[in-house]
Amino acid sequence: MTNLIPQKALFIYFRIMKNTIAERIFDFLKDFPPFHVLTKEQLLTISKNVKVVYLQKNTYIFKREEEIHDHFYVVKDGAIGIFGENDNVLVDECDEGDIFGLRALIRKGNYILSAKAIEESIVYSISSELLEKIIHTNVEANKFLIASFATNTRNPYSNEDKGTLFANVESLQKDESGFTEVQSAHYSKNPVTCNADISIKKAAQTMSAKRVGSIIITDQKKPLGIITDKDLRIKIATGLFSIEDNVQKIMSSPVITYPEDITVAEAQIAMLQNRITHLCITKDGTPNSKLVGILSEHDIVVIHGNNPSVLIKEVKRAKTAEALQYIRSKAQELLQGYIEQHIPVFFISKIIAAINDAITQKAMILSIAEMETPPPTTFGWLAIGSQGRKEQLLLTDQDNALVFENVAKENYPETKNYFLSLSEKVTHKLNTIGFEFCPAKMMASNPQWCLSLDEWKQQFNTWITHPDEDKIMLCTIFFDYDLIYGNKELVDEMSESIFESIDTYEIFLNFLGLNALKNPPPLSFFRQFLVEHSGEHKDQFDIKARALMPLVDAARLLILSHNIKDYNNTVLRFEKLAEVEPQNKDLYTSCINAFKILLRFRTQQGLQHQNSGRFIDLKSLSKADRLKLKGCFKPIKDIQELIRVRFNLSQML
Amino acid sequence: MFDWLKNKTYPDFWNEYVHHFKDKKEQELNTSRFVVFDTETTGLHIKEDKMLSIGAVSMTGNVIDVADSFEIYIKQESFNTQTVAIHGILKEGSMVKTEEKEAVVLFLQYIKDAILVAHHAAFDMAMINESLARLGLPKLKNKVLDTGILFKKTALCKDQNKQYALDVLCEVFHIKKHDRHTAAGDAFITGLIFLKIVGTLMASRKLTLKDLLYNRNRRGLL
Repeated sequence: MTNLIPQKALFIYFRIMKNTIAERIFDFLKDFPPFHVLTKEQLLTISKNVKVVYLQKNTYIFKREEEIHDHFYVVKDGAIGIFGENDNVLVDECDEGDIFGLRALIRKGNYILSAKAIEESIVYSISSELLEKIIHTNVEANKFLIASFATNTRNPYSNEDKGTLFANVESLQKDESGFTEVQSAHYSKNPVTCNADISIKKAAQTMSAKRVGSIIITDQKKPLGIITDKDLRIKIATGLFSIEDNVQKIMSSPVITYPEDITVAEAQIAMLQNRITHLCITKDGTPNSKLVGILSEHDIVVIHGNNPSVLIKEVKRAKTAEALQYIRSKAQELLQGYIEQHIPVFFISKIIAAINDAITQKAMILSIAEMETPPPTTFGWLAIGSQGRKEQLLLTDQDNALVFENVAKENYPETKNYFLSLSEKVTHKLNTIGFEFCPAKMMASNPQWCLSLDEWKQQFNTWITHPDEDKIMLCTIFFDYDLIYGNKELVDEMSESIFESIDTYEIFLNFLGLNALKNPPPLSFFRQFLVEHSGEHKDQFDIKARALMPLVDAARLLILSHNIKDYNNTVLRFEKLAEVEPQNKDLYTSCINAFKILLRFRTQQGLQHQNSGRFIDLKSLSKADRLKLKGCFKPIKDIQELIRVRFNLSQML
Repeated sequence: MFDWLKNKTYPDFWNEYVHHFKDKKEQELNTSRFVVFDTETTGLHIKEDKMLSIGAVSMTGNVIDVADSFEIYIKQESFNTQTVAIHGILKEGSMVKTEEKEAVVLFLQYIKDAILVAHHAAFDMAMINESLARLGLPKLKNKVLDTGILFKKTALCKDQNKQYALDVLCEVFHIKKHDRHTAAGDAFITGLIFLKIVGTLMASRKLTLKDLLYNRNRRGLL
């Protein structure tokens, strides 16, 4: 009766066996982030290895300063309180489906917070090592964890832009929308060619003269080979060949040829398969017929249109506001694509800002051309508010202002009238393009915001030395300006005067500080979102006022307090702050991450609902999104606390 | 002397199982391995009915280790169609099934010297012991705890003379009745109940394993 089953057989045996308990855990976890994005197999592996922990009320899972466990936790039933320095400070409360103790993923150091069951609870403990293995291959889950990690625990490890953590796999796999694939590709006709008997130097000279990146070596109009910039870099500049050698020495041969009716998809595949960037188009598609054109990777990109440089080129060619409107709508599509592809939001905002700037500049140029005379003196067109900060992703209102050089008193009325009518034209064009008129009339066409340099200086000085609520509000809009068109010196002088005025009246910063705390942290004590109590957006969450503006206001205040010029963008401001206050680097980094996540969030919401994305119906959010959003509020709370202490605002409140 | 002679006649798997009990180490509530188990059977007659499946989870302290769980389905010769309605285990189902003997061997390998926990444990113990007897083997040597009896030690129990079914305890302890009537599902639920009973008892006084084992001879269902 010695029928012992060997251990290994036993193992295999159990693997094929049913596992009711693991399936039950699977069913629970599958609804919660980040588990909802795992594959069935991945989640089942995790479920099979869960440890189920039962906790009496008031027992600790881990304590502050304790060495981190090799597990993190998910609440199954009950509630876990996360406590700060002492047990009276409840930092967070986790209930069904919430994750805590993610510090375990760093696998070293100690906990900075304590976790205690505030009622009888059951938590699932999951091996961090196992999860790590899995998220390595699951980008979605990785992203979620990083996002919640970044915002919850202020770990500098979690920079949204870090390529490896935010591997851009989806964008590579993304299906291109539309039918561009089956269109025939527009190749360049009249390709630059040369004969096979000339020197490399000669060929390179031809390329330079014709401003092209490639040249095809032909023999009786049939393509023999190709030389690209890359060949010159790799084979010539390295000294492998002399520039006096014959072109045949370095050309790639034979060339890959296709007939004229090649489609975009075919071209892309051909390039990928052959790892090349240029295809030769010949009469019958073989190397033995006449060369008719060349198709480069660049041509393909242009066809797909998802290329900002193409859009900016189109802007330069546009002759009417309507044409610009079309380009702006293309930019909107580009934006949508970027958001879907999880391109870092900071990068997206740079591109969209560049397009917006180009469009505004073009609107200026078109408007000046419509004026009967050229401008009587130099001036600067300023974008203010979110466009000034280069944080305007969606089409929102236009906010702008104009500054012109000081002129003699007798010329002033005429000059002002000129710029007012110019501004009138520009703002109308912008409105046509899709940047609607500002309802508060913060536009250069308003005589209040179309001023000479001295008038601006005087105005800023008044705001700073006699602050009241309205003036502070104006400061928050006008201090974030960016020159879009015109004379930079005027703007530099304006900036200079702001700092001079602040220097003479430092208490202004305290007023600005009060304003920055106007919007309290967006979560109530028990982790409920603070929503609007009345009005059109009752019960909706105002992501702009409650989450984005507090960060924007904080960054502006702090950067002004350091006398730092030319930082008009929230992310750049926080980066600079992290540099000048290394002791607060973690906090500023977490603010940057939160800001990026919030901006992406608002943009997504705006694209989805075709509006400004400002008001969010919380019920429509997934648990993952709600957690992500909530995670961003911790840095807001912390930065407001820092401001309160630094500017002694408790006394003023 | 007799023991030694007897040993010779037992199969290796039994000797190996018994070997775990050699070392008379002190067992503690917080550090000992508990195995919570449940059997699904063709009926309530120890002699005539057979086990359809055995499910179990292990726990140490307040932690149930899902990776160290046990779930096995047994091939049947005698078959009682009436119980199928409850368990959903058909005689020739799609599940991977094992001979009874193999199942018992695997179970012994799994439990080792753990303290066994079951709801109305006497019945499940009897079913396993009967199965061992059919193989010519002695009874299980493990210590046993019965959640049905332990519950009566808590203040939550209103009637000492009543038999509390697993479903009732689920309600008392707010446990969702998932997977009832699968052995593994019931074992898991029983495990949670066990943790909650121990938690409840510990909240009122200092508790040791001996306290739990005390009066274990009181009969449960049988």
